[in-house]
Amino acid sequence: MSMWTLAIALVCALTVWAVLVRYLMAQPWLAAGDPGYTVDVAAVDEPAKKVGLYMFLAMVSSLFALFITAYIMRMDPTHAGDWFSIPKPGILWINTLLLIYSSISMQQAKNVSETTNAQNLKRALLIGGIFAFLFLGGQLFAWEQLHNTVYFQLSNPALGFFYLLTGIHALHLLGGLYVWARVTTKVWQNAKSDSVSLSIELCTTYWHYLLLVWLVLFGLLLLT
Amino acid sequence: MAFVAIADRDHEHDLHDPQTFITKYIWSQDHKVIAIQYGVVAISVGLIALILSVMMRLQLAFPETFSFITPNEYIQFVTMHGMIMVIYLLTALFLGGFGNYLIPLMCGARDMVFPYMNMLSFWAYLLSVIILLASFFVPGGPTGAGWTLYPPQTILPGTPGHELGIFLMLLSLAVFIVAFTMGGLNYVTTVLQARCRGMTLMRMPLSIWGIFTATILGLLAFPALLVSAIMMLFDLILGTSFFMPAVLSMGESLDHQGGSPILFQHLFWFFGHPEVYIVALPAFGIVSDLLSVHARKNIFGYRMMVWAIVGIGALSFVVWAHHMYVSGMNPYFGFFFATTTLIIAIPTAIKVYNWVLTLWQANIRMTVPMLFSIGFIFTFTHGGLTGLFLGNVTVDLPLSDTYFVIGHFHMVMGVSPVLVLFGALYHWMPKITGKMFNETLGKIHFWLTFLCTYAIYLPMHYLGIMGLPRRYYAYGNAEFIPASAQSMNVGITVAAIILAIVQLIFIYNVIWTLRKGKPAGGNPWEATTLEWLTPDTPPKHGNWGPKLPEVHRWAYDYSVPGVELDYIPQTEPHHGHDSVDGESKDAVDEASDHS
Repeated sequence: MSMWTLAIALVCALTVWAVLVRYLMAQPWLAAGDPGYTVDVAAVDEPAKKVGLYMFLAMVSSLFALFITAYIMRMDPTHAGDWFSIPKPGILWINTLLLIYSSISMQQAKNVSETTNAQNLKRALLIGGIFAFLFLGGQLFAWEQLHNTVYFQLSNPALGFFYLLTGIHALHLLGGLYVWARVTTKVWQNAKSDSVSLSIELCTTYWHYLLLVWLVLFGLLLLT
Repeated sequence: MAFVAIADRDHEHDLHDPQTFITKYIWSQDHKVIAIQYGVVAISVGLIALILSVMMRLQLAFPETFSFITPNEYIQFVTMHGMIMVIYLLTALFLGGFGNYLIPLMCGARDMVFPYMNMLSFWAYLLSVIILLASFFVPGGPTGAGWTLYPPQTILPGTPGHELGIFLMLLSLAVFIVAFTMGGLNYVTTVLQARCRGMTLMRMPLSIWGIFTATILGLLAFPALLVSAIMMLFDLILGTSFFMPAVLSMGESLDHQGGSPILFQHLFWFFGHPEVYIVALPAFGIVSDLLSVHARKNIFGYRMMVWAIVGIGALSFVVWAHHMYVSGMNPYFGFFFATTTLIIAIPTAIKVYNWVLTLWQANIRMTVPMLFSIGFIFTFTHGGLTGLFLGNVTVDLPLSDTYFVIGHFHMVMGVSPVLVLFGALYHWMPKITGKMFNETLGKIHFWLTFLCTYAIYLPMHYLGIMGLPRRYYAYGNAEFIPASAQSMNVGITVAAIILAIVQLIFIYNVIWTLRKGKPAGGNPWEATTLEWLTPDTPPKHGNWGPKLPEVHRWAYDYSVPGVELDYIPQTEPHHGHDSVDGESKDAVDEASDHS
């Protein structure tokens, strides 16, 4: 098993390396017109905020990947006896639907942000944000529900991880909602500009990303 | 690939000249001021860590002499010295300090792409330092868990600072990571997006390559520290059992059960090993530039140097468990990690050869930055070679937790990066202050520092082979430790005290430069890179005056045959190629359409 994982990792690493080095082949000491001269990689032609967001998402991916790794290592079935499974509150399914709808609504906002229909944009943005808040409320409710059961024993890592993973995800969504609130205020003041459309686009990307993270986390929690 | 000068677009960079003293120097959004703020705080906190190390050395050389150093305090000094030096000095100074100062200037940008976030980054860093230092003043004092903070001992009553101390440490680390994220996103995005026209990836100076790659490592590796810090805070405050096994402490069984201390070690070192390269890669990059400039020769094997930086960065994520050979693991894993550790030595060795070959038959100017750079090649090779011993499982086992390890990692990631830092500070001081430092004082500073570091760390290797364990308050009358080991310890301590005092020469030199230094001029070292070509020295807000620079060649055109001067600035066009090299006229037009 682990040998296969290593082999796959090795192949991935070699592929990434081959792609990377292809971009770094230029011989910068040559001048244009010299034999062997190749055109080199210039600055990225995308807005800084977009590049910054993708970098941030790479970092957040690393964060969640490490949480998930820690989860898998700690909840290793060979450790059985150190932990026991807890029932997952049913409201999590509703929360998942809320987050999906929030994400769809943000996508609609992005789609109409380039048109002139201000009313549709406001509605889609508002619905996207409200459903995200409802999701957070639902998560709080799930926390409360679990708190009141006999399963609330902190020394059980299944419970600890449940609070930890949902909490970290919720914090990221709260950060997104801060940006959403700023953008929505601007849209409400009818301040229409490229930077507002860009912010809506980036918010949407972030929303989809957090939805994906939630689906992975929820699946992981359901498995144990 | 069409080139679009993004930095040329005014709306991307709304620069408002700061009006008041406060917006100019305190709540500054100018990358140069933020760099200096980072530098001053990092060096100040580093001095505290230096004093802590002197206290440790005093205790080791003269046990039962100083009543104010108790066993608890000794291990607290050990912990805080390590953590401050690695994170709050080296990481902060290389990336927050030099990253901030050099990236926009060397890439030809007016500022970082997110100046406001850059400012927040510094203030969050300052907050993390204050939280860290506050732990000296809380009941129980700072944590004494060792800088690796291994559970379960970290939060058990036997360890000093097991309540508030460790809480503040973890909190401070979390705040530091937030600060680093805000800064790091800036550095990476600025390099990717805001380079000036003609500054292609492979024309970037190696300093920028080192800082850029190190920042990416940081963005991917610091989350591992954050994850372990958060989970340990849960164990500490809420009583969860992520890392805490069932423990009998002081005769009482605690509520924890089944937690995995090894899991913490994996997470910690998945951060900890890339952290070594977060510190080393900027040093590699900067020292390459210093050697090239002061040897008046192009860096040997530029492309290979870039690949080596990227390759080391990638490999640094698959060597972490070589810190855990004695923790117990599957023998095949030990074999795997020993192999990757030896593989990472290849690109590292390539870099060392290239530095030496850069010096080969060069027109070397023995300036202060050059002395520090050559010193670095010595200490780094030395520390790297002892790393080959420790990277092998069978050799590591007997040497683990001895002074051999201390000697190794201080040589390779303590002294070496610090020598580069000093070299870099001397090299760019004329640009930062506009004045030339005192050359004689600089040389005295170098020689005493260099000799003292060898006097300190070379004997430690012998102590380690003798079997002298580290992190011990005193050795008593253990039979396997001969009296000569104690004499050696005294010698090391004397050298350490001299070394600490010698650093005052540097501080005096900075003050002397600011007050009495002669004007340095724009380009005192006759270097090619953009930061030496600013219209003002020190550079003003916005760096470049009305027009951004345009780059036409790589950063290493020194002693080009047939050219009168022995350097050609990056902005100088190749003869017969007066447009942007290699790009079609359309691409240039497209760039102007965007602006």
